[in-house]
Amino acid sequence: MQTFDLEEQGLRALNQTLHDQANDTNQTSWEIINPRGSHAIAVGLDAPIEVKIKGSTGYYCGGMNKQADILVEGSAGPGVAENMMSGTVVIEGDASQYAGATGRGGLLVIKGNASSRCGISMKGINIVVHGNIGHMSAFMAQSGNLVVLGNAGDALGDSLYEAQLFVRGTVKSLGADCVKKEMRAEHITLLQDLLNKAGANANPEEFTRYGSARKLYHFDIDNAGTY
Amino acid sequence: MCGIIGLFLKDQSLQAQLGTLLTEMLVTMSDRGPDSAGIAIYGGDGEVSNSMTKFTLQSNAPHEDFAELAADMAAATSIDDSKVWLAVKDTHAVLTVPAGITADVRASLGEIRPTVRIMSVGEAIEIYKEVGLPRSVAERFSVSQMRGTHGIGHTRMATESAVTTMGAHPFSTGADQCLVHNGSLSNHNSLRRKLIRDGVHFETDNDTEVAAAYLTHQMQQGASLGEALESGLDDLDGFYTFVVGTRDGFGVVRDPIACKPAVMAETDQYVAFGSEYRALVNLPGIDAARIWEPEPATVYFWTH
Repeated sequence: MQTFDLEEQGLRALNQTLHDQANDTNQTSWEIINPRGSHAIAVGLDAPIEVKIKGSTGYYCGGMNKQADILVEGSAGPGVAENMMSGTVVIEGDASQYAGATGRGGLLVIKGNASSRCGISMKGINIVVHGNIGHMSAFMAQSGNLVVLGNAGDALGDSLYEAQLFVRGTVKSLGADCVKKEMRAEHITLLQDLLNKAGANANPEEFTRYGSARKLYHFDIDNAGTY
Repeated sequence: MCGIIGLFLKDQSLQAQLGTLLTEMLVTMSDRGPDSAGIAIYGGDGEVSNSMTKFTLQSNAPHEDFAELAADMAAATSIDDSKVWLAVKDTHAVLTVPAGITADVRASLGEIRPTVRIMSVGEAIEIYKEVGLPRSVAERFSVSQMRGTHGIGHTRMATESAVTTMGAHPFSTGADQCLVHNGSLSNHNSLRRKLIRDGVHFETDNDTEVAAAYLTHQMQQGASLGEALESGLDDLDGFYTFVVGTRDGFGVVRDPIACKPAVMAETDQYVAFGSEYRALVNLPGIDAARIWEPEPATVYFWTH
């Protein structure tokens, strides 16, 4: 275990050190102490390493992550795991707005609640939120899966493309072109797998699937009022 | 971008540390607003009493303007000069006068010191704000040595109006009221024209001053602060996270989109606000605090 004191050694040194880890590094386990809400912690990693952050983080923690497994032992500020490519990011507390935005792959797990715009424009990432999500979540989400064990806020899945949304609790309102869909056997299998990976103890049968009605894909003058 | 911080003390034993805690929080938010900074502090150094009114004044020539101000004001308002005090802090000064003569003091000030500006008026409030980095602004006014019951601070990155002392936050448009803002209002010009027709006076072209004046105007029409904030959700268009202060209270409201950040923390000792969690990390007992993000379009308010 390598320990890095962010307050003593600074952010640039931290991210450079983590970037310097190659695929075959022997130093596969890292612990970051004194994060104190700092921005851009463990951003742009590209190695199969484990990074444990001992406290809460600020903007963009774990952004653009590839391969690494990042654990935040606290809450995360805006844009956690933004544009993640692969690997995992796990938040033990809550996440602020646009968690997992534009993510292309990997798994983001939020054990508390996520606020507004969770999974906005997601492009292949899987996001599992143990608590609730805020308004405008999965806005223009293109692919990947968003799983919510709690409730969703207003305008879920507005202008949705092909991402799949699974919500166990209530949805305050659906956004334009987002509709309730049938849960088929393949969705139960997919959801069970994601719940297992996210350490979430929930019955996939209790979830409702939401997806795109596919009416806003192409401009249609009859839909002008909906855009 | 701007930074907001606020601290509302429940535990009186922290009152002596209020200025120190607010200063640390304010300096942490320098990256969000390096062009100007300000602080509204309630309570201040003296006893808060409803028999006295405090005016926080600002001057670009404090040596000349403040030198004989207490005596000149006593003469101009025909009050015994033992009942008028002036405490100078850099470009600002707190003028304490007996209660009930606010209009008289305002009018007299316009005559005897026409270039001196009034930052706040009230029993408890004092406002200090200037152009410059938050650390230097806090040092100029010795904010860390101030005590009080609650305080609100702001670091400004200007978008809607010029970088000037008067354009810095907090804005105070009514007795013991203040408001700070992160965001930008898009209908401030039309709303300002409407308020001017209703007799409201404005000092700047700033959008936030319009929001502050709007709330004050609503309250003058009989609304509570909570009701004024609720109606602001309908009448103010744009992006905002507001933190407001009153003599005994502290409130927060975000617009329905809520893209301007906000984090709150509450313990048995205090309620704290920060644009980012970073601003809160040095508060006592923060590790055990309840920490949450205020909901959009929801009014939060605490009173003593």
